[in-house]
Amino acid sequence: MSDAATAARPVIEAENLARRYEVGGGLFREPGIVRAVEDTSFAVHAGKTLAVVGESGCGKSTLARLVTMIEAPSAGRFSIDGVEVTPERWAELRSDVQIVFQDPYGSLNLRQRVGAILEEPLKINRPRMKAAERQEKGREMMRLVGLREEHYDRYPHMFSGGQRQRIAVARALMLEPKLLVLDEPVSALDLSIQSQILNLLNDLQQRMNLAYLFISHDLSVVRHVADDILVMYLGRPVEFGPKSEIFDAPRHPYTKALISATPSADPSRRQERIKLVGELPSPLNVPPGCPFAPRCWKAEDTCRENRPRMEGAPHPAACFFPEA
Amino acid sequence: MSLLKIRNLGVEFPTAGGPFKAVDGVDVDVAAGEILAIVGESGSGKSVSMLATMGLLPWTATVTADELSFDGRDLRRMPPRERRNLIGADLAMIFQEPMSSLNPCFTVGFQIREALRKHTDLTREGRHKRCVELFEMVGIPDPERRLKAFPHQLSGGMNQRVMIAMALSCRPRLLIADEPTTALDVTIQAQILDLLTGLQKETGMGLILITHDMGVVAETAERVAVQYAGQKVEDQPVGDLFDHPHHPYTAALLAALPERATEKRLPTIPGVVPGQHDRPAGCLFSPRCKFADERCHTVPPPVQPPAIGQARCHYPLDVPAHAEQVSA
Repeated sequence: MSDAATAARPVIEAENLARRYEVGGGLFREPGIVRAVEDTSFAVHAGKTLAVVGESGCGKSTLARLVTMIEAPSAGRFSIDGVEVTPERWAELRSDVQIVFQDPYGSLNLRQRVGAILEEPLKINRPRMKAAERQEKGREMMRLVGLREEHYDRYPHMFSGGQRQRIAVARALMLEPKLLVLDEPVSALDLSIQSQILNLLNDLQQRMNLAYLFISHDLSVVRHVADDILVMYLGRPVEFGPKSEIFDAPRHPYTKALISATPSADPSRRQERIKLVGELPSPLNVPPGCPFAPRCWKAEDTCRENRPRMEGAPHPAACFFPEA
Repeated sequence: MSLLKIRNLGVEFPTAGGPFKAVDGVDVDVAAGEILAIVGESGSGKSVSMLATMGLLPWTATVTADELSFDGRDLRRMPPRERRNLIGADLAMIFQEPMSSLNPCFTVGFQIREALRKHTDLTREGRHKRCVELFEMVGIPDPERRLKAFPHQLSGGMNQRVMIAMALSCRPRLLIADEPTTALDVTIQAQILDLLTGLQKETGMGLILITHDMGVVAETAERVAVQYAGQKVEDQPVGDLFDHPHHPYTAALLAALPERATEKRLPTIPGVVPGQHDRPAGCLFSPRCKFADERCHTVPPPVQPPAIGQARCHYPLDVPAHAEQVSA
């Protein structure tokens, strides 16, 4: 295949992904169905960052679990680098997709040395690799993420939060993945450490041409890192487009409310916030129409009865009465 | 006159490796009707200093202060019974994690009524009415039913509102909110912040907002105190702090905000907050400060006058022309 074709093909392409869970139920009772993710389509190209934003319960973490092949989708399909993902192919495809979790205090095994943590992915996925070679790669990766090689034999508790997140990033990169899923990678970190990790992620992306699926609820971080943004609400995408369009001209009322609710670090620009009433409805009984209708200030009868589709220009939004 | 006045507050915990100074020489002043934000990273002692004010630290902690007074009354010399009457009534606190601060074994209604029973002489009926009123005030729909709910039956945002209702139940004159919105989504956060500032304006109480989120500070506070490693390093009105930070730490912290970035690479602060064993001799920020020289590493810095934001620094930044600088 020519280089041009590889460049044009997205690293990950998802179509109508869905994940539903059955909860409750018994011998004679119908189980309830939680639609954690429904009808989600997106694509990420090499070297680009897609940010998935939304509030808790919007399905962003479930999406991460689908993409990293921890769970199989209930419906829809996705492909990694042109290869259709099916549970039979999980084992071989998993090394192309790796994940960094939110909390570096919980995601590293306290009883393993850093070296062992870094080598474990290789041990499992590259069983024929020699021990010396593995260690060489591990040490090289530590240098790459800005840790001192001498610390190869230390335990995670001897590192600070920021350093631990570097270890988590290093571990994710050991298998040279094409796509890195970052599940709230900086929200557990202090502000001064957060910028270090964001810089590291930026450097690594440029150096290794990685595609990022950046999951976050912090719009000020998203604005800094993302190329494209997928806004989700209650398991459904409500808007998908380039960063500049989403921030400058949001089409979905929810996106608009989300941007207006994010506090800006500029006291001279205290703006009137859009006040949303109420909270996310339970995912067990999502309203039949637009999921945002109960909290939306523009909602009319049709919103409560019919479900809007993702459509329109310049970028798709799921709303009957989009902004401008 | 300030409602809460603290001078030279110190809190020390004994640990296996020797005493650890969590708070070191912190001054706090809050007037009635004022919103003060205390910002700092984890480990900067912002929660501990307020817990010390409330008298909620474990007995192992040693609290020292030159002055610790609420409304002119000395909290240190007050008999414990009297202090307990004051705290929860005139001086109330909203804690960080609503899920773990509420008792899972009792309904939220019971927990609010308990505060009212201790601090007011309302009748049983009066207490219930006050509860319903409080729930309506903090925006909990269907209060009669929600009062009978247990914490696990409510969402995080609802529980946080219950905490706020509980703190407000006895009409406090000073409310301390410790990261009241950290666990919440942004749209709920906006609701809670609006609620707090609205109530503050309405009742004229003082409000101390402890947070690490510069956005929340910029949008709600009137005055900001910045803490670093247990010390207050700067204290300024919010607009001035964001426009002319005087302490290098404040300046570096603001520069590290992604939304203030001008290019893809963010400015960073190298290193980490000093721990128990690597506390520097001079300025605590000196190992990470790009302006530090020999004096910073060896001599503890003086506190500059209010015109220079009470910056704890030998070489404060952006000093106004008329201001008189102090040297150690």
